[in-house]
Amino acid sequence: MDKQTLAVQVADLTVAYQEKPVLWDVDLDVPQGVLMAIVGPNGAGKTTMLKAILGLLTPAAGHVSIFDKPYQEQRSLVGYVPQRGSVDWDFPTSVLDVVMMGNYGKLGWVRRPGAADRRAAELALEKVGMADYAGRQISQLSGGQQQRTFLARALMQDAQVYFMDEPFQGVDATTERAIVDILKDLRADGKTVLAVHHDLQTVSEYFDWVMLLNVRRIASGPVDEVFTDENLRTAYGGRVGFLNKKP
Amino acid sequence: MTLLELLSSLLTDHTIRTVASGTAILGVVSGVLGSFAVLRKQSLLGDALSHAALPGVAIAYMLTGSKSPAVLMLGAGIAGVLAILVLLNVTSRTRLKEDSVLGIVLSVFFGFGLLLLTFLQRNPDARQAGLNTFLFGQAATLLTRDVQTMAVFGGLALLLVLVFWKEFKLLSFDREFGASLGLPMRGIDILLTTLLVVAVVIGLQAVGVVLMSAMLVAPGAAARQWTDNLGRMTLLSALFGALAGVAGALVSSLGSGLSTGPVIVLCISLIVLVSLLFAPNRGLVWNWLRQWRNRSRLRTEAVLENIYLMSSQHADPTHPHAVTALEAVSGAGNVRRSLEELQRRGLAVPHSDKKWSLTAEGVRSAQARLQPAKDADHE
Amino acid sequence: MSSAQIEIQLIGIVVAAACALPGVFLVLRGMAMMSDAISHTVLLGIVLGFLATGDLESPWLIFGAAAMGLITVSLTELLNRTKLVKHDAAIGLVFPALFSIAVILISRFARGVHLDTDAVLLGELAFAPFDRLMLFGTLLPRSLVVMGAIALVNLIFILAFYKELKLATFDAGLAAALGFSPALIHYGLMGLVSITAVGAFDAVGSILVVAFMVAPAAAAYLLTDKLERMLLYAVGLGALGAVGGYWMAHLMDANIAGSMATIIGVLFALCLLFAPQRGLLASAARRARQRWEFAQTMLTIHLLHHEGTPEAEVENRLDHLHDHLRWEPAFARGVVQRADERGLVRLENGSLHLTDAGRGLATTMLADKR
Repeated sequence: MDKQTLAVQVADLTVAYQEKPVLWDVDLDVPQGVLMAIVGPNGAGKTTMLKAILGLLTPAAGHVSIFDKPYQEQRSLVGYVPQRGSVDWDFPTSVLDVVMMGNYGKLGWVRRPGAADRRAAELALEKVGMADYAGRQISQLSGGQQQRTFLARALMQDAQVYFMDEPFQGVDATTERAIVDILKDLRADGKTVLAVHHDLQTVSEYFDWVMLLNVRRIASGPVDEVFTDENLRTAYGGRVGFLNKKP
Repeated sequence: MTLLELLSSLLTDHTIRTVASGTAILGVVSGVLGSFAVLRKQSLLGDALSHAALPGVAIAYMLTGSKSPAVLMLGAGIAGVLAILVLLNVTSRTRLKEDSVLGIVLSVFFGFGLLLLTFLQRNPDARQAGLNTFLFGQAATLLTRDVQTMAVFGGLALLLVLVFWKEFKLLSFDREFGASLGLPMRGIDILLTTLLVVAVVIGLQAVGVVLMSAMLVAPGAAARQWTDNLGRMTLLSALFGALAGVAGALVSSLGSGLSTGPVIVLCISLIVLVSLLFAPNRGLVWNWLRQWRNRSRLRTEAVLENIYLMSSQHADPTHPHAVTALEAVSGAGNVRRSLEELQRRGLAVPHSDKKWSLTAEGVRSAQARLQPAKDADHE
Repeated sequence: MSSAQIEIQLIGIVVAAACALPGVFLVLRGMAMMSDAISHTVLLGIVLGFLATGDLESPWLIFGAAAMGLITVSLTELLNRTKLVKHDAAIGLVFPALFSIAVILISRFARGVHLDTDAVLLGELAFAPFDRLMLFGTLLPRSLVVMGAIALVNLIFILAFYKELKLATFDAGLAAALGFSPALIHYGLMGLVSITAVGAFDAVGSILVVAFMVAPAAAAYLLTDKLERMLLYAVGLGALGAVGGYWMAHLMDANIAGSMATIIGVLFALCLLFAPQRGLLASAARRARQRWEFAQTMLTIHLLHHEGTPEAEVENRLDHLHDHLRWEPAFARGVVQRADERGLVRLENGSLHLTDAGRGLATTMLADKR
């Protein structure tokens, strides 16, 4: 493999809640244009890692760069898909409105989203197969539609690197397929995706890189090199007997 | 006094006009900021803040000896901000739940204010800045000067809401996503909460501590039922607030010692009740109606199927059956009303001696309904 | 001390105890603000009771008030169940409406009667000894008798249903599964809160009922993890606040109830700062201590991580800790020095090496992460 540009570089990331470690000294290099899954058992710190990278919580140590510059300077290159359950879906707003929030960072103070933003939002909704739902109140969406709305909002950010927290959590088969297609499109455009993922069965099908995490990094790299029984056993503490991974 | 006379007094009577414009301003400002408070699950924050303002008012008066509304409002505002700081810090640094800290802030600040007031009340001149005003408000004593102060502070607060509209929306819906965009969400939170304090302070003189909390919850909660759009909800909430304010001012001007605060709260509570019951889509009455209609539709269809099944034991599918037999088969429920409904739809016809039969159309309809179920049985 | 003074303090103590007992469960169950709602709406119960009986002394008033407390709770829950408004908004809608009705009824129909809204909201403990009641052949202050009886009822209820309350508070699901109806416990508790609020606001006023119910219980929650002790501490703190508040009011010639609430607030603040485990100072000190220990562990893990790798030469240097771990140079030196003293690392020519002890620590910390 030739020397690729690194989209994300995490070095010595340590996160602690009240002096209890959640992540220990994690290093991670993610080349541009890969779809990387972050997997690990419950409580392994997957979501914490994502939030620490995004600066949503303050790490005890370590730093993050995006395309060789500190994260803070590169924020406009980053898109984020939070967990679906993190917001109140009874909030009085429409699907289109939520998607347009993806542009709020670029709009700056005082300015309101205009016709161009509206068009961009409609385009993003079209990409996730939700064009007909633009005017729909968000409380009327199914779980899968909520997830696709969040995905469209991230697409609206027109980022280089996307961070997704459990994008496949509790979605229907249609949505799952739609998300996979979007991931592949993103990769084709040279974008990079880091997604917290919990379904070990689909890792090799949906992603080409993987990071195994359990408080510290167990392994990371291309799926066929890293996603081995031995690494999985280290990450899951030998509790992967149920797993019938293809050799 | 007729309603018309009452309304015309709005134009002619200076006192009533002053009071009504004061309570209208209060309604608009607390309606707008209350919408955000309701959506952010901070409905009880206003309650705590308004109680917590008492020591601020007392200290402001003690220090300056002035009863000017601007001074007292400033004192109340500072105490409100202090209360928020205590609330946020204690909640985030201890294992106490937010409601406990709210209760403590509310009651201890208020108790401390009460303690301070005993010193003030020895001063006979202080009666007017006294406790009763603070507890229940005294809209009737509002002067043009007070209303002007309210309008300035309130207008400023509304202007800021307009300027930071999309940031406030983002804060209320998905704070963490906002932070990931690099927006200073903490600062935006502080700004919005400070504006809530402003709304509380504006309302204190008019409706008083105890009822101020209602003005921050009720208009927003009522408006939420009518629309799914934040902008429209906020406007409607302002409108409801103003409506309750003016109505309360007018009704209490009728005299017999009705203080304005409680009347305003009753008006806005009435608006809430109507909204909860009758707002389209969300309203409870529509909901009940929908359920009732569903149930009666299901019952009618069950009766249709039962007649068909009973008739299929005869050669003629339109063989008439007695209502009593149908009642026995269909169980409880008003079979006759279902039959009348079927008759209206041309699916069944009544015969003499309380017997009913299906029409040809009814037979087709029942067959169509039963067919898919039979297919499923074969699977 | 005159007998009136002793009686006022006694009433204060009894009110504090009666409030603190149900207060503990309100705080633990996250329902502290219900005490605010109930203490306001019982006024409506009293007014309606008075309008029905025409007698301000009638015992029906207490029943009416307690019933109104329960009605408040069920209206709030009813509203909450419609899913049209959130729980906090439901509380904020119900109690001001009921309270407003009460205020209007008083001003329309009960003028001139001693049912003054000020007094109801604020109470006047100073006059409590003058309102006396014949009991067991002695003339006792009415408030003392009423509040004593309420405190006793609260105590008996809590003793009788102790394990049910405990279970329903910490694991409502399990309680239901074991056949204790959480709803019954809930309404029982709310009934206590209502009766207590009625009795107490005669003495301290409805707003300060909240202070007596919530603040001592919350302070006690910072002092202990055991429910029994929490109940004891809450009663103790409330009583202390009542007595302390009385004397402050006496010295300053100020409102007694306000003074009691202030002292209770001060007691809460003291617990908040100085509680042995959960106080702000204790946790700050613990955090400062843990910060060094944590940093040393972090250092050993960092070294272990890069040990024997090509980049170890760069990563494992003292002057690079700043770059990699984001430590200030002075802090980094401090950590290395402490780790060196504990024999976890060796420093050679600015390059850091793990000792066996250091490697052991890092390995155990990593292994025992879950």
